[in-house]
Amino acid sequence: MAEPRRVFSATGITKVYHMGDVEVHALRGVDLELYAAEFTVLLGPSGSGKSTLLNILGGLDRVTSGEVTYEGRDLSRASERDLTNYRRHYVGFVFQFYNLIPSLTARENVSVVTEIALDPMRPEDALELVGLGDRMDHFPSQLSGGQQQRVAIARAIAKRPAVLLCDEPTGALDSETGIVVLEALMRVNRQMGTTTAIITHNADIASIADRVIYLSDGHIVRTEQNRDKKEPRDLHW
Amino acid sequence: MRAINRKILRDLVGMRGQALAIALVVASGAATYIMSVSTLDALESTLAAYYREYRFADGFAPLKRAPRSVAARLREIPGIQMLETRVLAAANLTIDNFDEPVSAQIVSIPESGPLLNAIYLRSGRMPDPSRDNEVLVSDSFASAHQFRAGTHFYATINGRRRRLEITGIAFSPEFIYQVQPGALIPDFKTFGILWMPEDALAAAYDMEGAFNDVTFSIERSANIKEIIDRMDEILARYGGLGAYGREDQLSNKYLSSEFDQLRQMAVIFPAIFYGVAAFLLNIVITRVIATQREQMGVLKAFGYATTDLVLHYLALVAMIIAAGIAGGIALGAWLGQALGSLYMEYYRFPFLLFHLRPDMIFVAALISGVAAGLGTLHAVYRAASLPPAVAMQPPVPPRYRRSFLESLPLARSVSQPTRMIVRNLERRPLKSVLSILGVAAACAILVVGTLFSDSVDYIVRIQFQFAQHDDLNVIFNEPASAKAISSLKAMPGVRYAEPFRSVPVRLRFEQRSYRTSIQGLPHGAVLRRVLDSELKPAPVQEHGLLLTDYLAGILHVRPGDTLTVETLEGERRVLRLPLVAVAKEFVGVGAYMELEALNCAMGEAPSISGAYMETDSEHDKEIYAELREMPRVAGAGVRANALRNFYETMAKQALTFAFFNTLLAASIAFGVVYNSARIGFSERSRELASLRVLGFTRFEVAYILLGELAVLTVAAIPIGFFMGRGLGAFMISNVQTDLFRVPVIVDPSTYAFAAIVVLASALISGAGILRKIYKLDLVEVLKVRE
Repeated sequence: MAEPRRVFSATGITKVYHMGDVEVHALRGVDLELYAAEFTVLLGPSGSGKSTLLNILGGLDRVTSGEVTYEGRDLSRASERDLTNYRRHYVGFVFQFYNLIPSLTARENVSVVTEIALDPMRPEDALELVGLGDRMDHFPSQLSGGQQQRVAIARAIAKRPAVLLCDEPTGALDSETGIVVLEALMRVNRQMGTTTAIITHNADIASIADRVIYLSDGHIVRTEQNRDKKEPRDLHW
Repeated sequence: MRAINRKILRDLVGMRGQALAIALVVASGAATYIMSVSTLDALESTLAAYYREYRFADGFAPLKRAPRSVAARLREIPGIQMLETRVLAAANLTIDNFDEPVSAQIVSIPESGPLLNAIYLRSGRMPDPSRDNEVLVSDSFASAHQFRAGTHFYATINGRRRRLEITGIAFSPEFIYQVQPGALIPDFKTFGILWMPEDALAAAYDMEGAFNDVTFSIERSANIKEIIDRMDEILARYGGLGAYGREDQLSNKYLSSEFDQLRQMAVIFPAIFYGVAAFLLNIVITRVIATQREQMGVLKAFGYATTDLVLHYLALVAMIIAAGIAGGIALGAWLGQALGSLYMEYYRFPFLLFHLRPDMIFVAALISGVAAGLGTLHAVYRAASLPPAVAMQPPVPPRYRRSFLESLPLARSVSQPTRMIVRNLERRPLKSVLSILGVAAACAILVVGTLFSDSVDYIVRIQFQFAQHDDLNVIFNEPASAKAISSLKAMPGVRYAEPFRSVPVRLRFEQRSYRTSIQGLPHGAVLRRVLDSELKPAPVQEHGLLLTDYLAGILHVRPGDTLTVETLEGERRVLRLPLVAVAKEFVGVGAYMELEALNCAMGEAPSISGAYMETDSEHDKEIYAELREMPRVAGAGVRANALRNFYETMAKQALTFAFFNTLLAASIAFGVVYNSARIGFSERSRELASLRVLGFTRFEVAYILLGELAVLTVAAIPIGFFMGRGLGAFMISNVQTDLFRVPVIVDPSTYAFAAIVVLASALISGAGILRKIYKLDLVEVLKVRE
């Protein structure tokens, strides 16, 4: 098997937030590489810096120091316009609290993204893919948490992104619903070859990943290749 | 439709209450502007068209009497385009079922109809020149007495009573504003204009082959000052009273001063309204952005650019504004038309040219658009440029600190909720100040709206309480012997009478001059008094003049200076008289002197121009009847009538501009207060729900929010009073004329009214918020992630 293509590369990145009067060191020097079509889980307790890392990879936030590249382009020094374009064409996000737009239906929440993408799927197909073909015209308030999260996944994948970044996608869900959501993510990863990174503090989920990266206190403490990769349906927590 | 645009529509529906309040404020602003501008435009273009089509004269020259042959010499004056001579006569009328004295000015009609000051015949026909008993009457007088063609009444002209028949109802550009000489405001019941064929009037007034008034128009390039001087020279030996241009013509002068006032209102009111509207928009949009922070983060995370989001929210705002503008333009056009018709009753135009010009609509839309754009752009841009990761996080807890007030010793005993109110106000001082200013601005327009009527009311109170104590005044058609006073005193019911002499003069000081008349009043007069600046009687002097302060200002004279006085009557003596003191008067520009000294200076035997009288009201009818039969009496004024007419007119005027403005101002006041309260509730519903969960009662929670509203409102009211008074003073300072000077007077009831409207708005808003607090769903609110 050929050496997998390197998609992301981060070197010595740090991030300091100013929250009111408090200074928070979220990342304290992280080196990381992610490969094409890889399914990675970033594992760590809350406050370990994993969301910050994901936001930086997704072009939602900038590093305080260090360098991040995506397919050779430097995200740490990209302009606002370049970051917007990067997010628009390459990245799909899934958030812990779904972040759907409450005034739009499931289909419209997906359309909001497909309308500005270059080669999107039909919003209906994206929703079918996550098993919500019969809920397209429901508003977020008419959907359960798991359904909302699947709309969010449909929204993230509808543009056929090169990268799918998920921040605690099952964090607000019970285990049964969480497994449905993970299956949807796994399916997208396999069918479309999307590089996928999931952050979670749930160690059980790590067993479905190709690779697991452990974070603590703003550092990567270790990285594990998963020899015995499980299917989501074999999980329970 | 794109999903992002569908979001605009759904968001609009979601915030419909506030969207409506904003649209209302924008509509009020646009309506005020359209109303003011379209009314003003209608009045001005009507006036211009009326003057042009009915050939309003450029100049007028009254005199005592000249033979018609003199007209040819006047026409030779270079620059004269058209010149007409005519006869003006005063008459006392006897009207069935109307006892009070009614006087009229009769204007002669040349055989072929007047060339200048043409007559607009509304109904009926012109009088037959071969008959001596037919007249036209002015429209206002006719409608006050329900006259129509065919009605007859009696007129005493030059002491001879004759029956006159009305052939038609007419308007004239010369008498748009019809006010009896010496009166404050028009009284259509007791003063009218009549037109009579020239030969008939001349015969009745002993003016056959002669004239006593000249009207003329001038060539475009001519200098009216030179023409006036030349005319005065020619007419001096015929008792010329001084020619004047149309800018000094009474009706025209009143109109220009009223239009000036309207023009100001057309600028100042919409400016305030739009200022407040922009402020409101800013608050509301900032808040909408705050609640949509997270959604903006998501949209940005999926690749929407900052400019996309700015456009998105601008489109949202644009829809609200567009609705407001459309409603405002429709409302403004409707109000403008209504106001125009109301003014028609007052100004006696035969027609009104009302147009809603495209440029007015464009300007209204532009002003609203710019105000809204400026109000929103900043707020949207700031929120949209947040990095998406930050936007999606809950906002950082706002920085609170111990407030300044808490450091005061009293503060220890203050409860926690009160502390929350104070801290919240102090934490965002700019927002608190802006909220206060918004409410204060609304309060200020309410004050300005009624300030004019307060000031005019004050003028009248001063006039009738301090200066004018007579029940009845009588004016002779020419100076009479001083003995005439005894025949007046002899009438039944006359308790007391005081004579006066009025001499037309031109006052000169250095290069400045002014045409007015000197009133001679006896020493110790009590029925008519001149007041000084402290409203105390200023005694008339033998050796010099007393001038109204405004006239002294026009002439730049100070007590001690000596004026040249050209008398325009009798021997036309030129006198040198010192200014001895300055009097305070709000209406007109008068000069005063002691009666006997004036007679003496004129070189005439003791003579009088009329009298002020104190009468028994039971004998009024007899007195009026007797006065009508006295050949010398040109007119009589009744105090009670003047007062009644004044208050009736004021009531009607209160219905016009000021009233509409007050309504619109009240809606602004409500909009501002309601929005401040509503936004406060939305921003803090989570905090309030948390307090409820911790065991606070609804009342305690409501106290925190409504307490803040109360503090803002109470702080805003006095500031609003202050702003309103200042704004009123500014507007009034620009409408001071020689006709009247309006003092800045605000009646306590005006302040009270403004405060009540603001407080009522606050109470209604508070009640609405209270209902929301009662319905606050604790679990739901706490579940929603910020």
